[in-house]
Amino acid sequence: MLLAQDLCHSYCNENGEEMMALDHVNLKIDAGEFVAIIGRNGSGKSTLAKHLNALLAPSGGACLVAGMDTRIVSHLWDIRQMVGMVFQNPDNQIVASIVEEDVAFGPENLGLPPAEIVKRVEESLRLVGMTDYRLHGPHLLSGGQKQRVAIAGVLAMHPRCLVLDEPTAMLDPVGREEVLESVCRLHREEGITVVYITHFMEEAVAAGRVVVMDAGHIILDGPPEVVFNRVEEIRALGLDVPIAADIAARLRSGGRVLAEGIITDEGLARALCP
Amino acid sequence: MLTDIMLGQYFPGNSFVHKLDPRSKIILTLIFVSSIFLANSYTGYLLLGLFLSLVTVVAGIPVLIVLRSIKPLWIILLLTAGIHMFMTPGTPWVSFGPVSITEEGLRQGIQMSARLVFLILMSSLLTFTTSPIALTDAIERLLSPLKRLKVPVHELAMMMTIALRFVPTLLEETDRIMKAQMARGADFSSGNLLKRGRNMVPLLVPLFISAFRRADDLATAMEARCYRGGEHRTRMKELKLGVRDVFAVACIGAMVGILGWLRWG
Amino acid sequence: MSIALSGVFYTYMPGTPYSREALRGIDLIIEPGEFIGIIGHTGSGKSTLVQHLNGLLRPTKGVVKVDGNDLHAKGAEKKRVRQRVGMVFQYPEHQLFEESVFDDVAFGPRNLGLTADEVSQRVESALERVGLPASDYATRSPFRLSGGQMRRVAIAGVIALQPEYLVLDEPSAGLDPRGRDEIYEQILQLYHSSGMAVVLVTHNMEDVARLAKRLLVMNRGRIEFDGKPTDLFRDETIPLHEFGISLPSVTSLIRTLRARGLTVDDTLLDPGEVAGAIEVALGQKRIGSC
Repeated sequence: MLLAQDLCHSYCNENGEEMMALDHVNLKIDAGEFVAIIGRNGSGKSTLAKHLNALLAPSGGACLVAGMDTRIVSHLWDIRQMVGMVFQNPDNQIVASIVEEDVAFGPENLGLPPAEIVKRVEESLRLVGMTDYRLHGPHLLSGGQKQRVAIAGVLAMHPRCLVLDEPTAMLDPVGREEVLESVCRLHREEGITVVYITHFMEEAVAAGRVVVMDAGHIILDGPPEVVFNRVEEIRALGLDVPIAADIAARLRSGGRVLAEGIITDEGLARALCP
Repeated sequence: MLTDIMLGQYFPGNSFVHKLDPRSKIILTLIFVSSIFLANSYTGYLLLGLFLSLVTVVAGIPVLIVLRSIKPLWIILLLTAGIHMFMTPGTPWVSFGPVSITEEGLRQGIQMSARLVFLILMSSLLTFTTSPIALTDAIERLLSPLKRLKVPVHELAMMMTIALRFVPTLLEETDRIMKAQMARGADFSSGNLLKRGRNMVPLLVPLFISAFRRADDLATAMEARCYRGGEHRTRMKELKLGVRDVFAVACIGAMVGILGWLRWG
Repeated sequence: MSIALSGVFYTYMPGTPYSREALRGIDLIIEPGEFIGIIGHTGSGKSTLVQHLNGLLRPTKGVVKVDGNDLHAKGAEKKRVRQRVGMVFQYPEHQLFEESVFDDVAFGPRNLGLTADEVSQRVESALERVGLPASDYATRSPFRLSGGQMRRVAIAGVIALQPEYLVLDEPSAGLDPRGRDEIYEQILQLYHSSGMAVVLVTHNMEDVARLAKRLLVMNRGRIEFDGKPTDLFRDETIPLHEFGISLPSVTSLIRTLRARGLTVDDTLLDPGEVAGAIEVALGQKRIGSC
């Protein structure tokens, strides 16, 4: 569904030097997957996200969305309808003074008939659990609620894939839970492909597949149990690991024999006390 | 604190007035405002006042709130009344030495103030009963003939919508930045005009930078949702003139007719 | 300089339909040299509370006393208190406005009316403290620095006031794990080297459990707990989830292990210590099982 082939993105920094935000990245994401992309600030994860819906064009290599090349201008709008994107700052995505008007923004841009737009707005708000807030002004909502409205706004365009670029970085724990829960439910019930970019490890473990990036490269790619098992490497990249994985690694290095791939509290408890 | 300001606050509702097409509301407001100048007798003003009260009652807006919209402009009202009362030549009614209020002046003063009050009240009623989005939609539609003259009507309307959306957000941010700078000893309340202007720099610079950053983020988000200008865009809420609008036009027409008859008939 | 709040209530926008009671009867005394964490859900009143400590907000009811003197009495010198209680708001990099790092950090000291020499000294010392030596950074534009560096410049701007109390509201907001660790390192270093009292406001139990010696839990405008972090975790009658906060993940893990019969001390917060304790506990049972 999404394919990055030797994808490169270069830019000029402060001193005029050419830097590679993405350095020959190869990534294949199939329809229906839930992929978390983690990495520290500057690892290139947000840059990669912006290639997935043609907000950025490659400086080298290619990015294909359902077979469409992001470099071809005539494909731009089809790609963006197919791959919806939610950004980090909850306020700076909301265009209208009323929730339902904002969710309608996308379908209006697609030139859909009014009756269809009304239907989609209602459906999208229901999917994120914000139907009661239809007529609210965005400034009265919490961060988590604003992000759910943003997700609804994207869903109203009936995308096949949802890319979320650090959607919870600016939220409090309650907001983070709300957003993650909504996204997981959407993936489970509607089968939307999800690409979730974050540096919160408790969100990454919810995904079916974790991709770790650093300095424009993909370092690790696999299920959470496999990726987070490599505690030292993840730590060295400036990221957190689940506490259970951390403790398990320490016990192993102290000589204890433990199964690999322990990333949950229950997993560790079961391994230590069967 | 700053968010207490009720800038053209919208009160949602289901009244006859709320349900009028926003285009007709704008045009009817303009007609009402022009007709204010037709009135030149106490009966005329009474009629205007009654009409306003009728609209207020039908719209279901609390009277106190409507009257409060005069508050920010009471200085101008006072000035207007004062200038007319003291400057109009004629038979003196009350004198303070060389300066006096004439009978004509008194009449003029009251009438001019009344006109201003009606103007403010009607405009407020417009914003109380029409959401910002509806207003900008209406303005966009009303101005659309100007597109032929290459006026970017849609873009202007979009700018207005976004500006209105961000007013409360920016007010909150202003409050935050003010507090942060006050915590470092900034003083926003004392000093002469020049000094106060300079003291605003620590408030305005961060605000501007933030506004530009928001604009950038918002533009990206809009593009991600396939925004490409006004071409081929549809609207969820289509503006449709209905029986209500015809009725409202008839009412205003009747009122203007009566005013005209009072003046010239 | 001690700060005491007695019977403090605060209502936002009183008398309007939007009025909201943010603080409902706060009694609190903080002393110099403490490291206090204030934790609670959004809307619990944490930010409102700390803004009373330096007089940015005035109680609707109740008294704030600094060193025994009413902060809001006539003639009280609020400006001096603001210097002594430094406040770093959330996303402090959003308040930067000067053309050079030096000038921005100097804003506070200049507002205090210090001489140019004193200002220079304060700026250099503050920048040193946040790990951005003046020799490298003084003339640079704050807007050309990385996000983490901008934040440290903003913090330096508050430290330059040489306050007795440093209040930080969510200092790690928006930072990645390494950025978060670095900033807390810095705060801890500041605390040890300068003797400033630190008041840390956060949602995040992970951060505050390790660092604070005294923890205040706020919920809907009231202080529900005031004591040692470990006492809070031990007390199973306190409905943390209702208050919108959770145990540190280490403590949750230990609880899960204890439920399985492995006795590990639940006041431990360092992973290394926990691993060691697990080994000991396992050794005490039959080898390798519970």
